[in-house]
Amino acid sequence: MNDALGSVQSVLILGGGSDIALATAHALVASRCRTVILAGRDPESFSGAAKELRVAGATRVESVQFDALDFASHDEFARDVFARAGDIDLVIVAFGVLGDQDAAEVDGAEARRILESNFVGAVSVLVPVTQALQRQGHGTIVVLSSVAGERARQSNFVYGASKAGLDAYCQGLGDRLVGTGVRLLIVRPGFVHSKMTEGLDAAPLATNPEQVAAAIVTGLGRGSEIVWVPGQMRVVMSALRHLPRAVFRRLPL
Amino acid sequence: MSPEPAAVTWPPDQTHAGDDALLYGWGGTAPTRARVVTPLTDADAIEQLRATPSRGVISRGLGRAYGDAAQNAGGLVLQATALSGIIDADLERGVVTARAGTSLDELMRWLIPRGWFLVTPGTRYVTVGGAIASDIHGKGHHVDGTFGNRVHSFRLLTGRGEVIDVNRESYPDVFWATTGGMGLTGVILDATFDLIRAETRFIRVDEERCRDLDAMMASMEEGDSAYRYSVAWIDCGARGKHLGRGILGRGNHAQLEEIPKAKLAHAHTFAPRQLAVAPPAMPSGLVNSWSVRAFNELWYQKSRISHRGSIQDIGLFFHPLDLVDEWNIVYGRRGFVQYQFVVPFGRENTVRNIVETLSNENLPSFLAVLKRFGDANPGMLSFPMPGWTLAVDIPVKRSSLARTLDRFDEMVVEAGGRVYLAKDARTQPQNLEPMYPQLAKWRTVRDELDPDHRINSDLARRLGL
Repeated sequence: MNDALGSVQSVLILGGGSDIALATAHALVASRCRTVILAGRDPESFSGAAKELRVAGATRVESVQFDALDFASHDEFARDVFARAGDIDLVIVAFGVLGDQDAAEVDGAEARRILESNFVGAVSVLVPVTQALQRQGHGTIVVLSSVAGERARQSNFVYGASKAGLDAYCQGLGDRLVGTGVRLLIVRPGFVHSKMTEGLDAAPLATNPEQVAAAIVTGLGRGSEIVWVPGQMRVVMSALRHLPRAVFRRLPL
Repeated sequence: MSPEPAAVTWPPDQTHAGDDALLYGWGGTAPTRARVVTPLTDADAIEQLRATPSRGVISRGLGRAYGDAAQNAGGLVLQATALSGIIDADLERGVVTARAGTSLDELMRWLIPRGWFLVTPGTRYVTVGGAIASDIHGKGHHVDGTFGNRVHSFRLLTGRGEVIDVNRESYPDVFWATTGGMGLTGVILDATFDLIRAETRFIRVDEERCRDLDAMMASMEEGDSAYRYSVAWIDCGARGKHLGRGILGRGNHAQLEEIPKAKLAHAHTFAPRQLAVAPPAMPSGLVNSWSVRAFNELWYQKSRISHRGSIQDIGLFFHPLDLVDEWNIVYGRRGFVQYQFVVPFGRENTVRNIVETLSNENLPSFLAVLKRFGDANPGMLSFPMPGWTLAVDIPVKRSSLARTLDRFDEMVVEAGGRVYLAKDARTQPQNLEPMYPQLAKWRTVRDELDPDHRINSDLARRLGL
């Protein structure tokens, strides 16, 4: 159960290999969280992370198979994981790919892969997960969106489009969930130093997974609906959003 | 194609399907959704319980538990307030049998004009069932004990779906597992309990301003035995040599001859009114360390050094907050937590350390209340024990609050004390056993009454009860 101050006792991470999600799990375990379920395509690869979480104080860490692109499996996945785990206080949707923008511009398969992982796959699993949480009568969903979805840039607009779709879906879903006991928190990080961005040049206001995790934990405590990481990103993106197209497209972004 | 309009029936079909509702505790934190059904008869309640809702059932009275005790996420909540009314009353001996959903307010409106009173907490808006489940206490604990101390018997609908007549002789373990059992041993249907004689509706009150915590505690130790009711208000904003200063208010039921002539005509009238309703939306910044410090300063200074023998209305003395309906919402959207703990006599230092931390960390509390408890009763999860209890209301604002309260828990456990489950919204499962040494025994009794755990609540889930 969530307590009065926003602490959770159990968390399901979709995308158990995500640096941000694992940092968040550690921040939660440092407080009240004792059950962590890591879900991903290759659950065996989570054994190191699982061990670290146990050392940190989690009493129950499980790794389960989940493939974002295997849409047909999502209903059964959600049913099984909720049946096995009992109450799940928090679900973090953290999977996703950055993809190859250049390839995606010439290869429909790569463009589809990005959209299907980040957007279609996320929506597909959010549907049964949301239903399970509503049956449970309580719970919080954290969705990792991105500032890239706020305004599309020519340098990564396929990824940006996938996150814009996800973000829009989650805004609507979050409003729909008001009064159900289930809440949804959208997280919009800027550039985060992680496995996903390895080898890329850092953008201004870059953060690390621990900073994103801290922002998520604070957002949970406050009952926030949207969290920008870092907080200044909100102002920056608000300005960028209102730039005329002719100006925006000339920016070196 | 438009759907068929629903048939209109009267009375509304409340007893079967129920409505989904988002339920909060009084602190307004951690709401969850449940199906809420209002049983109109005992048979309705029995039928609901026997239907074994998948995530269990809990009964709920007037929702004054501060945390999640009367919530049951995804399950069924029996709104027990329609099961109300006095079934039997012996006004010679002062014994009443009332249905579990009867509020203390209803009881007092009927009893006070007839010369009787009850064990009451700081609000009249609690039900008889809730009073037993939380084993409530009030300003009179050092003399009268808890509400449970005055209960003779009750009828309990157990998790097995059976109704049993429970008294201290027939089922002593069930009696003391249910008294303070947070509603988890079953649904209380009605109860028979003793009243307190009250010749008039007035309390003769002595007030005393105490310059610091030591003076306050000394004064209480020395003088409490002369009063039936005693409670101290502590200014948690005061620092340094003023740490823990406050106002000690104590009183006894006023006898007829003590009532001034002007009030004599109304010596038995009891018709409390609400003066105000808190507006529906309040800016959440309203309760901040500045406003609270200012309030506390004023409150302290307004009181004279000592003030003896004032004749106060019973409602004003016991339930000043009831004057404002829904006062809890002044804390804004994120609500507040009430932290109430007790530590045994001899561990005054723990109280001092906690008051000091509240002051140092600038954690504002409008209402910090200190009381000396009398003897404990055998209630396995009953809160009061001989010692000092402090209750503070703290708005949920700062992210450091969780850590601060966890530290308080550690200090309380170390001192051999406990926190009050009816107020709790944030303690951790591992604290329960050290705080409540009879927990294992309580679980055995509960498992016997409810082997499938059909009775469940958010509190029970959160704390692994």
